This record gives sequence, structure tokens and C-alpha cells, in this order.
Amino acid sequence: MTNQTASPSTGKLAPATPLNPRRRALVIGASEGMGAALARKLAKEGYTLALISRQKDKLQALCSELNQKETVAISYPHDVTQYNEVPALLQKIVADLGGLDTVVFLAGVNFPPGGIDKYNFEYDKKMVEVNLIGAMAWLTPIAEMFHQAKAGQIVGIGSVAGDRGRVGNPGYNTSKAGFATYLEALRNRLTRHGVNVLTVKPGFVKTEMLKAAQGGTPFAIEPEKAADDIYKAMQKRKQMIYTPFFWRYIMFVIQNIPSFIFRKLSF
Amino acid sequence: MSCKKNNFMRTTFTQLENFGHSLRAQSFVIQARTKDDVHSAFRLAKEKNLTVTARGAGRSYNDASLNGGGIVLDTSAWNLIQEWNPHTGQVRCEPGVTIEQLWQKVEPDGWWPPVVSGTMKTTLGGCLSTNIHGKNNFQMGPIGEHVLEFTAILPTGAEITCSPKLNADLFYGMISGLGMLGIFTSITLQMKRIYSGLLTVDAFPVPNLHSHLFALQENAPNYDYIVGWLDTTSSSIGRGQIHAAKYLHEGEDKNPQETFKLKNQTLPSRIFGVFPKSILHFFMKPFVNNFGVWGVNTAKYIVSLRKHSFKESHGAFHFLLDYVPNWERSFGQGGLIQYQSFLPKETAEFVWTQILKLSLKNKLPAYLGVTKRHRPDKFLLSHAVDGFSLALDFKVTDKNRKKLYSMLQEFDKIIIANGGRFYFAKNSETTAETTKIFYGEETVEKFRKLKKRCDPHGLLESDLYRRIFG
Repeated sequence: MTNQTASPSTGKLAPATPLNPRRRALVIGASEGMGAALARKLAKEGYTLALISRQKDKLQALCSELNQKETVAISYPHDVTQYNEVPALLQKIVADLGGLDTVVFLAGVNFPPGGIDKYNFEYDKKMVEVNLIGAMAWLTPIAEMFHQAKAGQIVGIGSVAGDRGRVGNPGYNTSKAGFATYLEALRNRLTRHGVNVLTVKPGFVKTEMLKAAQGGTPFAIEPEKAADDIYKAMQKRKQMIYTPFFWRYIMFVIQNIPSFIFRKLSF
Repeated sequence: MSCKKNNFMRTTFTQLENFGHSLRAQSFVIQARTKDDVHSAFRLAKEKNLTVTARGAGRSYNDASLNGGGIVLDTSAWNLIQEWNPHTGQVRCEPGVTIEQLWQKVEPDGWWPPVVSGTMKTTLGGCLSTNIHGKNNFQMGPIGEHVLEFTAILPTGAEITCSPKLNADLFYGMISGLGMLGIFTSITLQMKRIYSGLLTVDAFPVPNLHSHLFALQENAPNYDYIVGWLDTTSSSIGRGQIHAAKYLHEGEDKNPQETFKLKNQTLPSRIFGVFPKSILHFFMKPFVNNFGVWGVNTAKYIVSLRKHSFKESHGAFHFLLDYVPNWERSFGQGGLIQYQSFLPKETAEFVWTQILKLSLKNKLPAYLGVTKRHRPDKFLLSHAVDGFSLALDFKVTDKNRKKLYSMLQEFDKIIIANGGRFYFAKNSETTAETTKIFYGEETVEKFRKLKKRCDPHGLLESDLYRRIFG
């Protein structure tokens, strides 16, 4: 059974000892962009990682990159909309990693309808299925486990797009707003049990997803910068952050634009 | 998911720790109170492709009772004393019975467990798995030598009975087997007759390591117990104090019924009758650093210079670790680890002089040093030698981990080069390579064969097992 604790291609994970403690993190949506950047950051900081993505090849490549010196990451190809796969896969991951204390949910898709006069239910459905229901499929059993363990940290990547419903992409706004509310509810449930729930709201980050965005993308940052911000917030066990930080002020203004004005705006 | 009660029995996802609070692992915990619980845990493990480790009180300093991501079988509530015969001194217990339950049961009748650990919180299942020793190891050997019989369930599902005569290979393998061959279900032990609730204790100082070890060796034959405290922060390497104790002979105690009484044995929960000891560890915290420990040790040594004798209850003499409840909390966030090495009497002085000097040079002194006298035993994974042991407690911090790790690896090298051994209720950093060297390939091979026979599917695994046999 020992040999099954790591995938055949990657060898064994180093044992955790008091002088080489290893935190164990699951990163869902790890193959590129912010997920890959965060995986690299966590590996550098001494975490043992389980990485999930539906893009098998990219995930493999990231794993081989991280495992050059010693095995720290194991890959699990999986599509988060395959909800029924979650329980068994989660149990396998916990067994392989030798525990679990941090989970980051980054998986997300963005399909803009293609203009402020266009409507597309299929796109909207897909975004809610991945960004929101996919997250709930994973975080529900994880929340239950952390609740019992009275320990752990859940990190969810929302978006500034979830702060206000706007003309451009109602489905995306909804999925991210729903996710933020779900995380808030988990936070209110779990903080009293010693579990930290961190909501991250990035502005524009230079990833594949950004290419799909419509209109201007001001203040876009590199995914590595976002990963650094997320890591810092995790260490400080913060509740909610914007990355970069100044989006907090921008969103404060946007959130407080009265509806009678917002209705007339075209962003 | 796995936590659903029907799906996955009564498991609770739990973050468990070692005794020193320096290592954490999350596991699916199952409470075991019957043989059926053990059988179903094995079935579940097989079905879900998980591993199982038994855990009693969780008092080991390392990863012996941790199984990150797997099943932990918590036996602490499986704790009935099934049969006690005050005429023969034989006692049959469930595996979760603690040394505390045991001595409190037998002592009022004039008996005492022949081997006890420094804390009374340990369970007998755990004590047998690691084959614990006490301050009388040079005379009474490890606890395994006082086991008359035990029953166990193997991962194959077989229920077996072992004694030194019956299934002897399993008897000598499972005791000391780190819980990796089967799960104890009942343990029969022979207690030792005592004629008083008190011991005579002689305390005297020793100025250096040479006289320290000499005192242990020369005095051991004349006493029933001997233990040394070693000032780990002093540049006079090895200075300290010896406590040697003797049982009282029949008739020496005029009124043994009185001294046997539990109220004269149990440790008081308050200091001066008012100050609760349960919060004492909080006040120790400011002293648990290099400077504070140096101050405390120096003061302790000066006080110990007065040679004296006194009478002390068994409870007070044996269970030093229980004096201050939760004392290990005073080591702070990073917790502590213990490093215990066993060395033949010929090389002990040379080796410990080196490693104690190294620790001072690295400014990583141990905060507690305890020495004992030992003799070999015939259990399979034995840590004993004809010589001495030195146990060192180190504080772990975010800053010192790396440096402490390389220092301990250095210690390991020096110790195995000089015929030393380690004890796996304690050491947390010893690697598989080092383990193979000191046990010897033949012993490791013998153990693996036994493991294959008892556990062909590899269901029993702990973090410790993966570290030292992985």
C-alpha cells in the first residue's frame, strides 16, 4: 500500500516530521494561470500538493516541474462538473497526501455572451456548473471534514465581478456572487470550529481567462503577484482580500453607485 | 463523503497530534471498544484502500500513533480491567487500560506494576507496542518480560493468543512491534509484590559525565530503581543528580495499609493547597528558552549538591511527567521533540560528551536530560543495550527546525557508529537508512517476514512505519 501513496510517475512523498513539517494542500484548478502560480508558490513554501485540473497534459507538465528535486505534488485529472466523482477522489487524495489542511478552489470558466445585447443560456449554465456548483461539490464534503477536525483552511477564488451585477456578463457575475455568498456562509459556520475561510477577489489577472474578457482590463497583474497576495493572506488567516489591494476601494465605489445611475452605465 | 455515518462507519475526521504538539496529521478516527470494531476497521480499510493504526493515549513523542490520511483506531475507551487476582498478582486488561488505572487497582492490595513509564497516562496496548521501560530496566527489563499472555487480532482476521511459549515468535515480535503486526485485544500481566506504599530514595550530585555514568553503573545493582538528571546547559558536561530508590522490605513499614491508600499516592492537584497545577504550565512558558532553562538548571544543580535520603510514595517517584499537567504546552507553538539514544557502557561517555558539546556549540541545548541504566532483552525490535540511555528534550521553533534537524542527523551518525540504538516511542527524525543499520538487516528481514505473514495486504501502517521501514 505504501507505493500507492504517490502516483507511479512521481515516486514517494517525503515523510512529515516535527522538524520537516509538511502542510498538505489541495489546489483545484491548478493547471494554468493563477492556479499554477499558486501551486508553484505553495511548493516553494514547503507544502505537499494534490493538483486537480481537467487539462491532463498541462497538469502533468506542472507536476514534473514541481517534482524535479523531490516529489511534492501529485496530479489528479478531473473535471469539477463530474460531481459524483468527488467523494472517492477526495478520500484518495487525503490518503495519498497523508492528511489535508488547506484547500484552494480556483477552477473557473468565463464565457461572455458576446455583447450587451446578446443572451446565451448554455454559457450561463456552464459557468454556474463549474464556478459555483463545482465549488460546492468539493467544498461541501471538505467543510464537513474540517468542521469535524476543528482545523483547516478553505480558500475560494471569487472575483470583483461578483460584487455587482453588470451589463456585460450576467452569468459570470451570478456564479461569482453566488460563490462569494457560499463562502461567507461557510465562514460563518466554520470559524467557530477553528476553520478559516478566505475569499479572494482578484481584479484583472493576465491569464487565459483574461483574453475572453470584453472591454478594457485596467491594472492587470501577473498571476504570480496574485499568488503571493493569496499566500500572504492564507498565512495571516484573513477572511477576504482583493488582489491587488486597491480593488477594495474601486469596488467600494462601484458597489455604492446608486441603481438609477448604474442602470445607465455600459460597463 | 467518507464522513457520512452509514457509508464509512463511525469515523470522525480528526486532526491528531503527537505528545509534544510538534506534529499533526488528519485521519479518519474510529472508536474501538470491541473485537468486532477491530474486524470491521480492517474490512473497511481493505474496501477503501486505506491503512490502519491503533492509538491509545497518544503519548508517544513522535509519529508512532499517527496515520495521516488513513484510519486511526482509538482504543482509549476500550479500557476495562477484566480480572484482578490479589493473591497471585495477575491482572487481565483490555488494551486501552492505562498505567494509571492499573496501579490504582493493584497498589491498595500491595502490588505494583513491575514496569511503568514516566507518565501514568499511557495505555497498555501502546506500552506493549513500544515495549516501554522504566527506571528499573537494568533489573526488570522492559514491560514485555512481565506479560504472561496476550490475545490479538491480526489484519488477516485471525484471533490469536500468544505467550512466551505459545506462538513465541509473535509474542516477541508483537511486543516491540510498533503495532504493525496486529491489534492487542487483552493483556495479562504479572504484578510485583510490595510491602509498603513508600520507597527509600537516595539523592546525590555528580559533577561530570564520567562520574554520572559510573554512579549509574555502580549503584544500579544495589537499588531497585535508578535515574539521573543531567544539566544539559552547563559546560561541565554531564553534571547532574542521581536518584536511586529501593523498595521497603517486609516489616520495614509498620503500617503498610496506610501507605498503600490511594490518597497517600496520588499527586496533589494544587500547590500549597490553593494554586491549581493545571494552569502551572502557563507560568513556566517564560522560562522555556535557552536563558531561562540555563537559570533553572543551574539553580537545580546547586540545590542538588546536598546529598540526602527520603521516603517517597510510588506514585510521586515514578510519574515525574505528571507533576505539572500539560507541561509540554509550555514549549510553545512549535512544541518539543525528544531524542533518546541507547549506548553500550563502553562508548556512552565518549559519544554523549561529543553530542552534548555539539548541542552547546550550535546553541541548541536540550532543555531536559535524563539518564538511565539498561540491559539487553530478547524482543525483536529491541532498543536496549548493556549500557545507558540519555533522553534529551528539544524545543522546536520555526527558526531552529533546519539547524536542529542537521544536528540530530549528525547525532544519529555518531551514535550508530558507536553501537548505539534508538527507541521509537521517542525519536521523530531517525531515517529508514539509520534504522536498518542499528537494527541490523537480519532483524529487519525477520520483522518483514512476520509482517507479511500477519498482514499480507499491508493494512497496518503508521506514519512511523512509513518513515522507518518505508
